[in-house]
Amino acid sequence: MNIHEYQAKEIFRKYGIPIPPGEVATTPEEAEAIARKFGTTVVIKAQVHAGGRGKAGGVKLAKTPEDAKSIAGQILRLTIKGLPVKKVLVTPAADIASEAYVGIIVDRASKRPVFMASPAGGIDIEEVAAKTPDKILRRPVDPRYGLQLYEAMQLAFFLYSDMKQVRAAAKILQQLYKAFFENGGSLAEINPLVTTPTGDVMALDAKMVIDDNELDRRPDIAALRDESAEDPSEVEARKANLTFIKLDGNVGCVVNGAGLAMATMDLVKYYGGEPANFLDIGGSSNPEKVVAALRIITSDPNVKAILFNIFGGITRTDDVANGIVTAIKQNPLKVPLVIRLTGTNEEIAVKILKENGLSAMTDMDEAVKKAVALATGKAA
Amino acid sequence: MSIFIDKSTRLIVQGITGRDGSFHTKQMIEYGTQVVGGVTPGKGGQKFEDKVPIFNTVAEAVRATQANATVIYVPPMFAADAMMEAADAGVRFVVCITEGVPVLDMTRVNPFVTEKGARLLGPNCPGLISPGQSKVGIIPGRICTPGPVGLVSRSGTLTYEVVYQMTRAKIGQTTCVGIGGDPINGTNFIDCLDAFEKDPNTEAVVMIGEIGGTDEQEAARFVREKMKKPVVGFIAGQTAPPGRRMGHAGAIISGSAGTAAEKMQAFEENGVGVAKRPIDVVDLLKRAMR
Repeated sequence: MNIHEYQAKEIFRKYGIPIPPGEVATTPEEAEAIARKFGTTVVIKAQVHAGGRGKAGGVKLAKTPEDAKSIAGQILRLTIKGLPVKKVLVTPAADIASEAYVGIIVDRASKRPVFMASPAGGIDIEEVAAKTPDKILRRPVDPRYGLQLYEAMQLAFFLYSDMKQVRAAAKILQQLYKAFFENGGSLAEINPLVTTPTGDVMALDAKMVIDDNELDRRPDIAALRDESAEDPSEVEARKANLTFIKLDGNVGCVVNGAGLAMATMDLVKYYGGEPANFLDIGGSSNPEKVVAALRIITSDPNVKAILFNIFGGITRTDDVANGIVTAIKQNPLKVPLVIRLTGTNEEIAVKILKENGLSAMTDMDEAVKKAVALATGKAA
Repeated sequence: MSIFIDKSTRLIVQGITGRDGSFHTKQMIEYGTQVVGGVTPGKGGQKFEDKVPIFNTVAEAVRATQANATVIYVPPMFAADAMMEAADAGVRFVVCITEGVPVLDMTRVNPFVTEKGARLLGPNCPGLISPGQSKVGIIPGRICTPGPVGLVSRSGTLTYEVVYQMTRAKIGQTTCVGIGGDPINGTNFIDCLDAFEKDPNTEAVVMIGEIGGTDEQEAARFVREKMKKPVVGFIAGQTAPPGRRMGHAGAIISGSAGTAAEKMQAFEENGVGVAKRPIDVVDLLKRAMR
């Protein structure tokens, strides 16, 4: 789960990481009032679940409250990577002497949380990593012990030579690790970590991603979810326990299992079509899930044909068949439907479909070819 | 023969009285797996289906039954504890089916299990099956048939699809292993490839990967450097769009690694046959084994 910068900053502040004050505005007038209160030049930052905000024009300076109002207005009209900006963070601009990067992520390769630090922080950090990897120090952390002081000091010496700043940074790193670990993070990042002309070290930005699997045992973190910042169809899918990602094609896909779902999309493309979505109905699928899946897919006007590809294991194909029949009775389809199902209770599923004037195929390639033909208006 | 499990495997089921645990225990017994015990805290002394003894702890179950493998069907918040309990009790092979285990839990479980000398498969995996001998987990038995091909996969239902197409084409399997798709898991591609290379009955191997990470690329290099048997592969996610990625850490640590195109290229460069569609696995196998 993504959380906003201002939410991550609230968490980091609780752990004692120095962060300048800031307040959230949802209208230009609110932004103006906050800027007036701070009485100094402010930075206005889009709060949106997408990277590259700065490059998309979502982070700007405002010298006066009037400026803050008009700039907040501009940013609140932006759409960044498909997501509309609904909130901005208004924070006093800081004088910056240097910009560093620190971040922590769970690394598949070392099977551990790995810390990364670079003295060359800022918006081009990915380029720095790609072109000058020696400017990045990586340090795997043993999660049974956490980030020890000496480890934090090693990272901090890579960033600074002033002893006061080294100690301050080491403390920030240890607290960042704690914030990451104790809140079920899969990523925690400060970019930039800055020094000021007076020598202070502080975090000007904060990013955090929470492992979805942690949310059941962390209701306070789960409550940070901002549904207004997410794609509405993805919100509905999550509530129905479906995994859904909208794409631009015209063949709607309903599949059980992520691997088979991706392979089905690949096959749609292979046979000359374009998938309209990724949709995984998961393991034990009850009929209601299928109803929800069809509702989400049919709400996309681009969809010209719908393809079910179900390989029953834990999933009972008769449950899926019942779901399809119920959904169509509630809301008759306006586009053709191709059903491929095989596996657990296949005979019962085929019977249910037949009684309701539907038919099922057993071969994946044939079903995909047919769906593509129907979507593109060519004969199968 | 087979890898990891065979006729002699003595299995216990952690979470044997739960909804999924009880359903799949019946299926495993029906398939011929030796299920020698189950564990549900508080139900020690009872019997599952009037036959299989239930214990309160894994340690008790192992003492009483000499079990050498366990399969875990407990809820996600208890799965880490269940894996550690099994490894601590001396079970050598731990299979965790549970989906939704927090990844930070796995960063602690993994070194613990390794230090205890146990092999972990999963979590979030369908388990494995040695057709005609034993199945541990949830792979449907009737889509498999005994034969000379080993299969290892990160996916569940996509594995079924490929096995089903192999079986329809009369290509049987020594063992089919689902290693699971979580970012941190136990047994990986290379562990399985190594075991298949050493298994005298396996003549060829199928490897099914997905986008994300670099495991398939490393496995491809292993094939070229360490294997004599032919390997064919498929990667799911060739059309997957790049996500709305937050933060830079992922890109810093892995660069652009993890796309299907990159993985397929690694397969090609290292002599792994590349299937464009799942069905192509069958033809590639036929050619490789001629």
